[in-house]
Amino acid sequence: MRNPTLYDLQHPGAAGSQPADDAAAHHHPFLQHHFEDLGQQHEASTLGMWFFVAQEILFFGGIFCAYTIYRVMYPAAWSAGAHHQNWKIGLFNTIVLIGSSLTMALAVWGAQAAKRKFTTLMLVLTLLLGSAFVGVKGYEYREHIHEGLFPGSNFTYVHHEDPSLTHGIELFMVFYFTMTGLHALHMIIGAGLLIWFIKRAWRGDFGEEYYSPVEIMGLYWHFVDIVWIFLFPLLYLIH
Amino acid sequence: MMLADFPLFPESASSVAPYVDGLYLGLVAITGAVSLLIWVVIFYFAIKYRRRPDNELAQEQEPPAALEMTWIIIPTIIFIGIFIVGAWVFFRIQRVPSNSLEVYATGRQWMWKFQHPTGQREINMLHVPVNRPVKITMASEDVIHSLWFPAFRVKNDVLPNRYRTVWFQATKTGRFHIFCAEYCGTQHSGMIGWVEVMEATEYQRWLAGGSEGSLASQGEKLFQKYACNTCHTNDATGRGPVLAGLNGKTIALADGRSVVADDNYIRESILNPTAKVAAGFQPIMPTFQGQVSEEDLIRLLAYVKSMPASGAAGSQPAGVPVGELRARPSTTTGTEQ
Amino acid sequence: MTTTTIDDAPFIEPSATAPRNYLNDEYGVMSWLLTRDHKRIAILYIFSVTIFFFVGGIFAFLMRLELLTPEGDLFTSDTYNKLFTLHGIVMIFFFLIPAIPAVLGNFILPIMLGAKDLAFPKINLLSWYIYMIGGTFGVYVIIAGGVDTGWTFYTPFSTQYSNTHVFAVTLGAFITGFSSILTGLNFLVTIHRMRAPGLTWFRLPLFVWSIYATSVVIMLATPVLAITLVLLMVERVLHVGIFDPALGGDPVLYQHMFWFYSHPAVYIMILPGMAVISECVAAFTRKKIFGYKFVAFSSLAIAFLGFLVWAHHLFVAGISIYSAMIFSFLSMIVAVPSAIKVFNWTATMYRASVSWQTPMLYVLGFIGLFTIGGVTGLFLAALGIDVHVHDSYFVVAHFHYIMVGGTIMAYLAGIHYWWPKITGRMYPEWWARLSALLVFVGFNLTFFPQFLVGYVGMPRRYHAYAPEFQVLNVLSTAGATILAAGYVLPMIYLFWSLKFGRKAGANPWGAVGLEWTTPSPPPKENFHETPVVTWDAYDYPAFLKAMRETQNA
Repeated sequence: MRNPTLYDLQHPGAAGSQPADDAAAHHHPFLQHHFEDLGQQHEASTLGMWFFVAQEILFFGGIFCAYTIYRVMYPAAWSAGAHHQNWKIGLFNTIVLIGSSLTMALAVWGAQAAKRKFTTLMLVLTLLLGSAFVGVKGYEYREHIHEGLFPGSNFTYVHHEDPSLTHGIELFMVFYFTMTGLHALHMIIGAGLLIWFIKRAWRGDFGEEYYSPVEIMGLYWHFVDIVWIFLFPLLYLIH
Repeated sequence: MMLADFPLFPESASSVAPYVDGLYLGLVAITGAVSLLIWVVIFYFAIKYRRRPDNELAQEQEPPAALEMTWIIIPTIIFIGIFIVGAWVFFRIQRVPSNSLEVYATGRQWMWKFQHPTGQREINMLHVPVNRPVKITMASEDVIHSLWFPAFRVKNDVLPNRYRTVWFQATKTGRFHIFCAEYCGTQHSGMIGWVEVMEATEYQRWLAGGSEGSLASQGEKLFQKYACNTCHTNDATGRGPVLAGLNGKTIALADGRSVVADDNYIRESILNPTAKVAAGFQPIMPTFQGQVSEEDLIRLLAYVKSMPASGAAGSQPAGVPVGELRARPSTTTGTEQ
Repeated sequence: MTTTTIDDAPFIEPSATAPRNYLNDEYGVMSWLLTRDHKRIAILYIFSVTIFFFVGGIFAFLMRLELLTPEGDLFTSDTYNKLFTLHGIVMIFFFLIPAIPAVLGNFILPIMLGAKDLAFPKINLLSWYIYMIGGTFGVYVIIAGGVDTGWTFYTPFSTQYSNTHVFAVTLGAFITGFSSILTGLNFLVTIHRMRAPGLTWFRLPLFVWSIYATSVVIMLATPVLAITLVLLMVERVLHVGIFDPALGGDPVLYQHMFWFYSHPAVYIMILPGMAVISECVAAFTRKKIFGYKFVAFSSLAIAFLGFLVWAHHLFVAGISIYSAMIFSFLSMIVAVPSAIKVFNWTATMYRASVSWQTPMLYVLGFIGLFTIGGVTGLFLAALGIDVHVHDSYFVVAHFHYIMVGGTIMAYLAGIHYWWPKITGRMYPEWWARLSALLVFVGFNLTFFPQFLVGYVGMPRRYHAYAPEFQVLNVLSTAGATILAAGYVLPMIYLFWSLKFGRKAGANPWGAVGLEWTTPSPPPKENFHETPVVTWDAYDYPAFLKAMRETQNA
């Protein structure tokens, strides 16, 4: 009844492409009733996640814009602020996060290939790596707070080389904490989702016909990774 | 009730007002005509083609498709025309004549303070001569305000920590409203005043009526009080650059950039001196942020701007051109306007 | 070819005892609070937005009472400042932005597309809950003493000087934004992926095109507001200088970020109104909308161009002359697609079959008032005039002509148009016409004097004003009283109609559209079997033919 989609072309003979009167016989347990078939459901979910990612880009884009404007206004303070970040820790975190994207991608493959244990393992690894990232971030935050770099009334840091940069450094730290904080929040939400998906994967929910939840989880996770790829140079590496 | 109690149009009391009103009335005419046309047409169609038993369904008879293009192209042309005229009037509003009388204004919750170069200070009241351009340089002590003279058709927002200007040339004597036009808190609607436009002779009489000395001479006292003169001497021996003739000059900075020394630059150099250090000098000037009030800043600004160029060779640090006195539009991130 | 008439097709079904429909399918509070049915979610939204509308309306009325006299003698200055702030916040964030999309869009869009529901029904319900949580913050702020920053929250007043509940209300607006985003996302995916067979893009009702454009704007603009509010909250809590010039920040940057969302937001508010108007014009002229493709693309053009004009709110705020010129030019261009719509709707009425039923009265009102609102936008886009009228009552009049004379009239048109579909009942026509008349007269009397008093020199957000402005203010308040009556009446007769209104068949208006092929009210799954569309939008002969064939099948 429905125009064939890419999913149908990729999966000839899959349950979703059967005519409507066979639908009852092949009714997949995870097919939601307002969709005609799994193909439509898969496409709708994927498109939905792409649109969601688009608006996330605008969300982070707003603060990237503000960051850029202040960087142009206060280059020295921005440079000093970036020097206060430990780039080695940042690099470690970057590698951890890229690694977690790899395990996530493998999880998507595993889900589609119906490899239950492998998929679960990959999702667990993703969760562990993501948690490591957040843990390291927490450590960095703690160090900054000890150094008096948390903005606001607790900002006791003084830039001895040039005290006039202190205000600018505080402003940099506002952006540092807000940008990495929002990023970490997205990671924590992702971690929560991963716990749910680990449970579903272990239960054997996913297979060749129905793996789109893992795929869109992967899309979300890769997006959060890409945001970090931008944050790392902007906050740690600028001169 | 007098007709004056029911104004439909504000007084037109500035050189720019007729242009603004002309554009306004022109727009009223054009848009009024188009709106009236639409109203008449939809009511005419609604009546003429009202549903009756013999036209339960419409006859599908589309007007020619070329109609679509005409009512895309013609409005676009009209709108662009409105833009052009509007921009032209805007230039007249924004371009400050070079022979303007300077007045300084400070906005704060919830009053307007005006300072004249001759030293008079006024609160919520501004005396100006008729038929002379008046340029108001203004900043806010706290939140964003906006200085509006409806009778002159000009306004500009008044920002904290940045000088902006608004100018007008009054064409009529009389008393006209001043309103704050950017919401600023509890007494926003009380932050109002009057501008009193006077004939030239009356204005001179008003000016002579006592003050504490000109703004610049008040500034000179502050220059000594804050010990600025200990570093900013009149010759090249001082630890700070010579300030005579500074106003409007292009300055080379220590980090290689160059800026025009306008009002905002002078103000910034007092409050945040290490931001733009002049070439050949060390960043040792202390900041006066928090010590100098907005009004004192204006007095110091007036004094610095009043220092004549010394002209003596070697009195400027190397690399700084001497004597470019005409003010140029600001090229820094903040704008003069 | 014989002329088809209305008698050729079974537009009016004989009323029967209520069959199973979405209203009586399940009973109980939990069946409503945990529903996934887009129709029930739309009803949940109707209740919420209506309550907020009246809350915001009461604030407006109190303001107008104060403005009867030049002195500030009814409320204290702080109270008045809170009234206009809350009026703006409630009306914009809790009424205008959700109303047409979340009420009419939610109910009608899936049915119009031939779908059983939106793409993500659970997310749809989540949208409503998020909206209610955000709204709760709003209610909390109102009860706890209000906020006095203006709905625009300009810094540094909102971050460093205001002593009111700025954090709570910005958090509420932030949360409500997510409701908006999720609704937009749902609509976009539904339109892309769940159209019935035969329903190609250019056969879609124009309602869908406009809702699509709205959803694009929602998805791209709202997150920018979200991050702006986050930074506002950070500054408020930590007292750091993101936007505070004393600490190195730039208050004008706040304005740029705020208006980058808030200008597209006004298109989020008007595009759904235009969506409804297109449907009603077609239905009540029984004719194809003139220039279908132009109207469809004009929605997309408005969405796109709407992102390019935000700094026309900053003409006197501290941008350069050259920036101002660019934004003025673009603001002129964005008026063109709206003008196209007005002209095309008007042209549709030529040689049509124009009904004078209530939705059409609201439509005629919309076209007239939106035209005035739109052309006064040209005044504001013209730099030379904006310097004078910026932040005056001229601006207030302009946006109320569009938001109230435009969006709210369109909302009422849509409510009346789809009322029989939603409830299975007709509203009482003469009471509805009376209300429409009261709204039209009251509206003009309220807001037209504001153009005049603004140009004469009355600034906005003023608690007390110069005495010579009084007459125009009194006229405005008188109009507000009539307008209020026009809004209260529908509350009464619409409720009355639920029990006593004449029962409606599937297609009481004789209109074209998939929603008119299902019973009124629709069954829970909207269609007993997936429809196949063989007609163009508003194509009466083809639609009649298709209906006859399904009847005979």
